[in-house]
Parts: sequence; structure tokens; C-alpha cells
Amino acid sequence: MQPTHTKLDHVDDTAKIDNQTLLDVKDLKTHFFTDEGVVKAVDGVNLSLKRGETLCVVGESGCGKSVTARSILRIVPSPGEIVSGEINFQQRDGEVIDLAGMNPKGREIRKIRGGEVSMIFQEPMSSLSPVHTIGSQIMEAILLHLPVSRQEARKRAVSMLDLVGIPRPSEQLDAYSFELSGGMRQRAMIAIALACEPQLLIADEPTTALDVTTQANILDLIRDLQQDSGMSVLFITHDLGVVAEIADDVVVMYLGRDVESGDVDSIFHDAKHPYTRALLQSIPRYDSRENRRLYSIKGTVPHPFGRPNGCPFHPRCDDFIADRCDSIDPPRHSIKGEHSVRCLLYSAADEAPSNKDVPS
Amino acid sequence: MLWYIARRIIYLIPTLLIVSIIAFVVIQLPPGDFLASLISKAEETVDQAQVDALRERYGLDEPIYVQYWKWISGIITKGDFGRSFEWNKDVSDLIWERLGLTVVISLLTLAFIWIVAIPIGIYSAVKKYTIGDYVVTVIGFIGLAIPNFLLALVLMYIAFRYFGQSVGGLFSPEYIVAEWSLDRVLDLLSHLWLPVIILGTAGTAALIRVMRANLLDELSKLYVDAARARGLSELKLLFKYPVRVALNPLVSAVAWVFPALVSGSAITSIVLNLQTTGPLLYRSLQAQDMYLAGSLILLVSVLTIIGTLVSDILLAWIDPRIQLQ
Amino acid sequence: MTAATYPPAGDGASASAEVHAETRIVIANQWQLIWWKFRKHRLAMLAGLVTILLYVVALFAELFAPYSAGTYSAQHTFLPPQSINFLQWTDAGWRFYPHVYGHKVQVDPESFKRTYIVDETVILPIGLFVRGEEYKLWGLFTLDVHLIGAAQFGDPVHLIGTDRLGRDVLSRTIYGTRVSMSVGLVGVGLSLLLGVILGGISGYYGGLIDNLIQRAIEILRSLPTIPLWMGLSAAIPLTWPPVRVYFAITVLLSLIGWTTLAREVRGRFLSLKTEDFVIAARLDGVREMEIILRHMVPSMTSHIIASVTLAIPGMILAETALSFLGIGLRPPVVSWGVLLQEAQNVRSIATAPWLLFPGLAVVVAVLAMNFLGDGLRDAADPYQA
Repeated sequence: MQPTHTKLDHVDDTAKIDNQTLLDVKDLKTHFFTDEGVVKAVDGVNLSLKRGETLCVVGESGCGKSVTARSILRIVPSPGEIVSGEINFQQRDGEVIDLAGMNPKGREIRKIRGGEVSMIFQEPMSSLSPVHTIGSQIMEAILLHLPVSRQEARKRAVSMLDLVGIPRPSEQLDAYSFELSGGMRQRAMIAIALACEPQLLIADEPTTALDVTTQANILDLIRDLQQDSGMSVLFITHDLGVVAEIADDVVVMYLGRDVESGDVDSIFHDAKHPYTRALLQSIPRYDSRENRRLYSIKGTVPHPFGRPNGCPFHPRCDDFIADRCDSIDPPRHSIKGEHSVRCLLYSAADEAPSNKDVPS
Repeated sequence: MLWYIARRIIYLIPTLLIVSIIAFVVIQLPPGDFLASLISKAEETVDQAQVDALRERYGLDEPIYVQYWKWISGIITKGDFGRSFEWNKDVSDLIWERLGLTVVISLLTLAFIWIVAIPIGIYSAVKKYTIGDYVVTVIGFIGLAIPNFLLALVLMYIAFRYFGQSVGGLFSPEYIVAEWSLDRVLDLLSHLWLPVIILGTAGTAALIRVMRANLLDELSKLYVDAARARGLSELKLLFKYPVRVALNPLVSAVAWVFPALVSGSAITSIVLNLQTTGPLLYRSLQAQDMYLAGSLILLVSVLTIIGTLVSDILLAWIDPRIQLQ
Repeated sequence: MTAATYPPAGDGASASAEVHAETRIVIANQWQLIWWKFRKHRLAMLAGLVTILLYVVALFAELFAPYSAGTYSAQHTFLPPQSINFLQWTDAGWRFYPHVYGHKVQVDPESFKRTYIVDETVILPIGLFVRGEEYKLWGLFTLDVHLIGAAQFGDPVHLIGTDRLGRDVLSRTIYGTRVSMSVGLVGVGLSLLLGVILGGISGYYGGLIDNLIQRAIEILRSLPTIPLWMGLSAAIPLTWPPVRVYFAITVLLSLIGWTTLAREVRGRFLSLKTEDFVIAARLDGVREMEIILRHMVPSMTSHIIASVTLAIPGMILAETALSFLGIGLRPPVVSWGVLLQEAQNVRSIATAPWLLFPGLAVVVAVLAMNFLGDGLRDAADPYQA
């Protein structure tokens, strides 16, 4: 189960991740132990994020992208638990720590939350307290992580609101969330998240609940802030348009695991996994000359309890190989550079069965 | 805020009108007018002139709406609630002290309920599905299931049987009719705990459940995760956000807990023989002393309506969203 | 996918069973899901059984009660409860012979107070399905079988003791079940009618009507119910026959009690109105009545059943309180509240604490229905975790 605390003491082996890598998630498994059975929401995810870059995690709803994001901050709701895996994070002082091994209620992780890693959520309305002012929530974050007085915190809060483009910031500081529009609320959330200049911003579908123009504004804002501060962004979305716009690297998730990952160009122009290709084909294109039906992936995402054997995508896959895809767990196969895919179409036939490892 | 309060007070007017009509209906319900029953009850012959004067005063020969008008305007302009024929006194001489004691008991009980229910409710929600939660839940249900008066009877029996004490009443015998003094107040306080506990049991049980359910709702809200993601400690987080939000419905719960308290105290007071409005109402109803009964129903209703108003204003004060609606 | 999720081929049987259980959840209909969810709530299941039992007792009160409600005995007033002994010592050893002991009466020469002393020489055998007084079940069948009672007709067996007229407390409590439990049911039935109609109108049409009904509900809810009930029921003429008083009381209870149900119904209507499936039905041109009956009502039913179950205890408590004060149901009607009238002050309880037994029945009934209603409410929304 969870690694013990002693592991924290010798985490300083920087060999784990190189200097350029901020976050490295290895074979993360987060399962939900419900009365009806175990839901393996995240079941072996790998991702790696470099300093100052943007990594997009894409996938259909229910593929485990949000749980992955929450696992990093250790705010997975009960009855969810990290079962195994590593979340290596390089702190400001260069020390590398494994977030997966921390006590989710402990002091260490609380220093990370909001200080080194911040998060913004899908619903700006419900992620702000209905009975506290925006200002009190920004100031709370500042006072928790920075050694400043209340007045300085307030000043900083005003400048944060200004930074994220909220008009009349010193007045809006005393506004309640219900007095702001959706876009303004998300700006306020970003202000809270960035108040302590985190190294990593996790954005969990931050534009999904917003209308299209506001979406664009928020994306621009995040990109601008990223350029100014040099922070990294882990961006969770199901919208490939957004991915094309902001991503440096992409991880495609299906049923709780990464099926393909690589830089944005190889994913969009040289996609290998049938699922990734199917996703790309499902984007409506206005420049398409032919008048044909929009492609849609056959079947639906299986019920959480009914995960298929072998490759989880095989029942919906056009390139399904009988007796192989439904029995062999595809290993990760490197294509070129950082571009890798988990699909039996690309791994050598003899290599596959031996790789059917049995961890956990 | 002022505008909100003003609007709530304007809303009160139709409510008060309806309440006064209901109270008037209660007065009118027994067959025959009350003068007939007065005359039949009186031991000596009644002076005809006096009867005529009363007839004139309450407009008994006039249409019903005139009677209502005379009655209600007498109350509003002169504080004249009519006359109790059972006691042969003006109603207003009988009710104020009892009404005051009813308010005191109800407020103390309310305070008791809150002080007990909130911490237990929080505990129960945070420790969901643990032994402690189950114990609280079961005790809460039992508290809800025992009628107040039964609890009163059982506690009185226990006190009588095992401590040889006759509990009940709000004063020791020597203070019942005494003038108000510090000693009388202390005596009152030493008698209050039993009725407060008895009256508070059901309300406490109910509010524990409300608090638990509300808090469970709030605990799963996104803003809690967002605050946690900011690095707040679990305890601070709990009290600053979900508990704070979950308290709002609890304040609005006063709107129904308070009427229930006043209402429940009617019966418990009869069993415990408290000097509150309940036993007086009961006696007046049995004796068909209708002006007294009607006035009591009116005043107790007004009392609860004011309680509701206060809780609404409190809620608007602590929850900024309310004023907008 | 790792071996942990799906056992290797050798263990195929259990794997397919697992898959079967999973697909079962996916294809089950709403009521099956509700039932599965409810079944997990042990306490609610138990409470449901107790509730059913109480209504069975109410239906067959004559059969369950050892005596009729009015049977009295001047020689056995305030007889304390008798404890049941199952075994008897004979020359041949212990034998199974359920019985209670008789009583000797002692009269205090000064105060003339009668006290009972257990007399172990008098053995009164008891049994199940014994013959006793004749009665007409539902006024139709003449029977003389009683579930429990003295094995020999005429023996003074009173398991829970007797009251001041020598009437059997157990029998009267059992008869009281009929009235008390049905007052709850009938009263809630009336409330439900009012609540569904007014709440439905309010929630479905909204606007001015909604506003008016909501104000009315607010007013009714801010009134102290018990003083009002006291005032109104005190006005019921003493000359009315018991049946009419019974209905008058239930009408009074439901007149004030419908507001909670109306709010529930309105709330459901409001939230369902904007549900996608209702909007879809409307866009498909389904008629309003059909939308309400085919699409909205079925998805509210489970919630309404839960609220009704939760409303019944309130009615039972109210009836008990009013009757206890002597301004609700009146003798010769037997309800738990009427019975508790006998125990109105400390002195009578000190003489005969067993007179509080009907109070226990109230607590059990209210507790059972609260637990049941709570379980139903949790199960009513099976799609929610």
C-alpha cells in the first residue's frame, strides 16, 4: 500500500529526475474502494513535465484525468486512495520529494499545496466559498505560505486581482463569488492559485464551464502568466482544440492509463495509438471539403466495473487483433524521442507477453 | 439590509391578519356567545346593565366582522384582550408574566439545543459511518421518537421514585406568588434545567441530523477541495468553510424549531406544571374561557412569528446571498 | 490490465460471476436499484419489519389481544405485570410449562390501600392460540382464539398488569395500535392529497400561484401547531360520536401537516421541470398531462413514499399528545394517547408505572417509521452515491 514515511528521508536522490524535470509521475494507481467494488480510476499513469512547459492531459470524461490531477495534490476524495506509484516533484530548493508517499493530511503536503503547486477547477462557481469574499480567500493563501502581515497580504491580493485582469481590484476584493460573472470567478480562482507564485499550476478543465469567448480569454491569461513567471502548467482537458493551442507535450489517457504521450507535434501529426487517431478524427474541421459524416469512435466507455482485459481500448478499436489485444497488456513502446505509445501494433510480438508484468 | 428587514416586516402583516382571524375563530367556535355561558355560570344573578355593557363592548349583537373589528382594534389600540370569565379578570392581567416565562424557557432551550447539537452534528458528519456516528444517530432518533410529555413523565417518575423529589413547577412553593426579586430569579433558574432538557431533546436530535446532513453536503463541495488545495490544515478548513456554510440552514432552522418549541412546551408545561402559557391555555380551553384561550393562541402565534422573523434577519446577516433574492 | 482485476483463466467461474454482478447493476431498473440500496441499510430493514408487524397487529387486534378493550374486573384493579416462567419443577424433573403466578390481595387496615403480593402457590398456565372471550373479527367472523393468554379461560392473567378499572393494559395497548397507527395513515393520506395537489400546482405552474401557496405554507409553518390543535379540537362538541371525532381529529392534523409534503412535491417538480428528459419529452410534443404522469410522477414516487413515511410519526405523536390532554380522541375510543391519560400525573405513575406501557408502543412505532423513512429516503435516489 502506501510507502512509509521513512522513504521521505532519503528522497534526495536527484538521480530520480533530472534538473529540467519538475514533475515525474510513475505508474500511478489511484483506486476507489466503493461498496460495489474497486473502481480503478487511475491504473498506471506515467507522465513527466518539464520546467516552464505545458503538459496537456486529454481523454474522454471518466478516463481518470481529474483523479490524476487530484492525486498529485493528494486531494483525492474518499474512498479513493493512491495504491501505488510515485509522484516525484522537484521543490524550489532542488530537493526531489515523492508526493505519493506523503500523509495527505500532513504538514509537508500542505506546504506544497498552494505554495509550490496550485490548482484551479472546472466549476469556478462552486470552487469559491459562497459566504466568504474573494479577498479573504486570496489573503488566506498568501498568509499561509508567505511571511507577510495582513496589510501586505491585502496589498498583494489587490495586485493579484489586477494581474489576472479583474477591473477595480480593490473594490472587487470585498465581493462575493455570486456577485461575479463566470469568467471573473475563474480569474479570481487563478489569482488565488498564483498568489504564492507556485512552480506548477494544475488546471483541471478550467474553461469547460465557460462560454467560448471567455474560454479564449482565460487561456490567453494562463499563457501570459506562464510566460511571465516561468511556471509549469498541467492542463487537464477533453478539448483537443485547447491542446493544439497551448500544449508543449501531450498525454492521452484512456480508462485510467496513458495510452500515448509525446510532444504536441508528434501527437497531432504522427499519432500512433488507434485511440489517439480516433480522437483526432472526431474533431470537426471547417476546411474539410468533402461533405461526410463526422467520425465517431464506436461503442462507449465501459462501465467502471467492467474494464476489458488486455488493452482496455480493444472492444472499440478498429485495428483489434483477436487473441492478442484482448489478452496481452500492451507495454510502453518508444517511437521516437519522447514519443511513446502503448499498443501491440507497435511492439514486437515476442516482446509483449514477457512484459505482462504483475505489479501491485 | 434595512430594505430587506423592511420587506420582511411588510410580509408579516398578512400573516398576523390570518393568525388573528384564526384566534378569533377559536373564540367563536363554542356554541352560543360567551355571555350566555357567563350568565349560566354565575352564582348570583347577573346585573342586566352589566350584561348590556359587555354586549355593547364586544358588539355581540352586531355582524361577525364588526365583532372581529372591535376585538382586534381593542387589542391593538388599548391592549384590551377581553375578559376572562373563569378568573374574572382582564385577560391582559393574566398573560404577560406567563408569556414572559414562555419566552425565557424557549430561548434557553434554543440555546441549549444549539450548544449541544452543533458540536455533535459536526462530529457525526466528520466521523461518518464510525461507531460514534452510529451511536449519535441512534440516540438522536430515540430523542426524536419520545414525545416530550412522556419524557417529562418518566423523568418525574424517576425523580420521585429514586430521589424522593417532586420536580415540576418553575418555582419553589414560597416563591410562586412572590414579587420578583433576585432570590426568585435564582429559584427560577434552579428549576429551569429540567424543562429545558425535556423540551430540548427532540429539537437537539433534529438539529444534529440537520447539521450532519448539511455538513456532509458541504464537505463534498468543490470549494472545500479548493481550500484544501491552498494548503489549509484540515481543522481550520473544516471550521472556516463547510461548518460555516452548514450553519446557515441551522439558523433558518430556528424558523421551525422555535414554533415547535413554543408548541411543544404547551403540553410539557401542563405535565410539569410550569407557569407558562400552556397550562393556562389548557385550562381556558376546558373551561371554554374563550377570550383567554383566543388571546393566548394569538400571542403565542405572534411570538413564533417574531421568532421566525428574527431568524430570517439573522440568516440574511450571516449569508450574503439571501438579501439578493 | 493486471492480473489483480481479472483472475487467471483457471478461476474462470468466479470471474464470470463477477462480470455477471457488474452487468446486473447496469441493466437493473430504478425500483430494483432502490431495493438493493435499501436492503443494505440493515436498521431500515429491521424498522420496516417492525412497521409491518405493527400494522398486522392493528389489523388483527382482536386476535392478538388476550382480552377485549373493555373487559374489566373490579377485583383486579392496578394489578402489576406478571412475569412469565417457562419451566416448572415436578417430581419428574423440570418440564416446559409456561405459566405466571397468581396474586394475593392485602388491604392495609388503616388506609384501605390494596396491595398485591405474588402468590407462588397459585400457578396460572398460559399458552399460545388459547380460547378466550368471543369476538367478531372485523365484525364478520365470530372467533374465540387469542394469540396469547390464560390457558384456562377465566384465569386472571395480565402480563402487563391492569389499570384502575382492572382492564388489561396489554390488550388495550394492542387495540390502541389500531387507532393510533391508522390516525397516522389516514392523516398523512389527507395531507398527501393536499400536499400533492397544492405542491404540484405550485411547482408546476410557478409564478403568482406558486407565490401565494408558498406564502400560505410559510404562514402555516410559523404557527405553533399544538396550541392551534388544542384550540381547534377543544371545539369539537362532546356529543359527537367517536367515529366523527376520529375523523375530525385526523382532518385537523392533516390541515396543518400538509405543508411539509407540499414543499417536497414542489421542490421535486421544480427540479424535474428542468431535467433534460422532461425537456426532451416536451420538445417531442408530448402532452402536458402525459409529461406529468409518465415522466415526472414516476421519478418522484420514491421520494414521496419516503416523505410520507417520515410524516406518519409526526401525526402519531400529535394524536397521542392531544388525546393525552383529553382534547383529542376520547374514551371509549382506545388509542395510545387515550391510554396514557391514565398516567397523567406522578402519583398515578408511582402507583402503577406499567401504565406507561402504551408510551413504549408510541416510541417503538415512531422510531421504526423514522428509521424506515430515513432508509427509504437514502434509497430513493439510487443513482446517487
